[in-house]
Amino acid sequence: MTHSVSHAEDYQAVFTGKVLEELQAVLQRYPTKQAALLPTLWIAQREHGWISDRIMAEVAEVLGLTPAYVKGVVTFYTMYHQHPVGKNFVQVCTTSPCNICGAEAVLKALLEQTGAGDAGATSPDGKWTIVEVECLGACGFATPVLVNDDFIESVTPEKVPDIVRKYR
Amino acid sequence: MGFPHKPHPKETVVLSQYFGDAEARTHKGWVKRGGYEALSQVLKMEPAAVTDIVKESGLRGRGGAGFPTGLKWSFMPKDKKRPHYLCVNADESEPGTFKDREIMRWTPHALLEGTAIAAHAIRAEVAYIYIRGEFTEPWTIMEQALADANAAGVFGKIKVYLHRGAGAYICGEETALMNSIEGKRGNPRIKPPFPAAAGLFGMPTTINNVETLAAVPHIIKRGAAWYKGLCLSNPKSTGTKLFSVCGHVQRPGNYEVTMGFPLKDLIYDMCGGPPAGRTLKACIPGGSSVPILTREETEACLLDYEGVVEKGSMLGSGGVIVFDDSADMVYQIMRLTKFYAHESCAQCTQCREGTAWTTKILERLLGGQGKTNDLDLLLDLAENMTGKTICVLSDSCAAPVVSGIKKFRGEFDAYLAGKRQPVMVG
Repeated sequence: MTHSVSHAEDYQAVFTGKVLEELQAVLQRYPTKQAALLPTLWIAQREHGWISDRIMAEVAEVLGLTPAYVKGVVTFYTMYHQHPVGKNFVQVCTTSPCNICGAEAVLKALLEQTGAGDAGATSPDGKWTIVEVECLGACGFATPVLVNDDFIESVTPEKVPDIVRKYR
Repeated sequence: MGFPHKPHPKETVVLSQYFGDAEARTHKGWVKRGGYEALSQVLKMEPAAVTDIVKESGLRGRGGAGFPTGLKWSFMPKDKKRPHYLCVNADESEPGTFKDREIMRWTPHALLEGTAIAAHAIRAEVAYIYIRGEFTEPWTIMEQALADANAAGVFGKIKVYLHRGAGAYICGEETALMNSIEGKRGNPRIKPPFPAAAGLFGMPTTINNVETLAAVPHIIKRGAAWYKGLCLSNPKSTGTKLFSVCGHVQRPGNYEVTMGFPLKDLIYDMCGGPPAGRTLKACIPGGSSVPILTREETEACLLDYEGVVEKGSMLGSGGVIVFDDSADMVYQIMRLTKFYAHESCAQCTQCREGTAWTTKILERLLGGQGKTNDLDLLLDLAENMTGKTICVLSDSCAAPVVSGIKKFRGEFDAYLAGKRQPVMVG
């Protein structure tokens, strides 16, 4: 682990009170504690915004796993943020079916109009992180864009200004 | 029906009857439409009798492999000594496929009913529905439907839980899906042992696709003979199938047709064909993992498991990707291999290296830096990526490369000869 002791003292544990109760309910669904890892990480990300090394250590502790094991799982899945992201995390599908329907132009418009600039980077005002993702499973509604948990279908470059205005 | 479009007269509407009907999402609305009648009937039956009906119907797995569903259920141990599990594969991530999403959005109770019926048939106490992490809306709808179904007590002793994926195409592979539920990295497992012997938590397990299970209540209610009778061509392919059509067509969407339906009619009559002034160039009929068909093959293809194989591809998940004459096949094939390179779990060398190098070579070719033997190199790589790994992700990456070079070689040669404007990618 990379955190220092003083850092650890500042750390506010995620799994206390109501969140801990929520975790207890999750554990009831599985015969092993380990199986609750993905849902536990989802809760951690919802509470903290991203999955830091310290949170991985806490998750490991509550589930009886090692921090290294948890990190191995976190890094396998693309939806757990290993770094802080902007207030609006935007996923744009650019796989073939969306690609031939103009997905790259949608991505470009989002990068320009939010000020994020580069795919994966966060805009200077901290409001936007735009990422290019593989198939979102809505190919008949090209181009699908996921803004946080809002799944927006049939996005074209013309619709980008409205999206930026809505979530800014 | 061709959601989000009006139903087409040539469709055979069974699974998609209530797409677009928000009331059907509610427990009350579903019961009003005859929902959960099949389940209450099944809960009074012997599990083996349920399996026999499904076997007799000819239903085959709709996730891509087309394995007979009843036969799969019958592989579960007869003498029950350990817990049995059912996993529902709702990790729909195959490029071109978006049918399970619509089933969950509009008819969540159809899936829950089919899930409970299957759990009863295989004598599973617990069923996990694995929904991909990006499906936020279907998740919310399924969560509500599950809460309502539980409140109504429709499942008897069977427990149904939702499990959210976290962004990994490979978790749609059944053994990777089980690892993911167990809280592990989604690496596929070596088979054997098969899931019916040692699956989730090492216990006997069956994994079924969403569309497969959504068809089961209809089979129970209307009978195996009715389902078997839904067949336009080969008797080994029965029932209806949802085809997700996307890419260069005027009306993309989900269309439900009887097995054996002509692909040509699906693309031209139902979807309106390519945009005005454009002509059909190629089609991937079963999700991005299957070989590409030329226009001639597409127009002569019948949509059932055998019919598509006869034309040199596979029915797969029923995700139909249409390319018109404006599509750059070299670029699109690179975009597909890039998908597989991104999604490789990296445990097998052939796949980890093969998907990445295939993509790099295609990018170099597109950038005007191709070498004369690059096509041979790509085919050699594809050969080494086929049938040599734990799962078929690697094979899936090779399929569009091999069929693409074979059928659209002129486009590859044009880049090699500097006759096409280089495209900067990477």
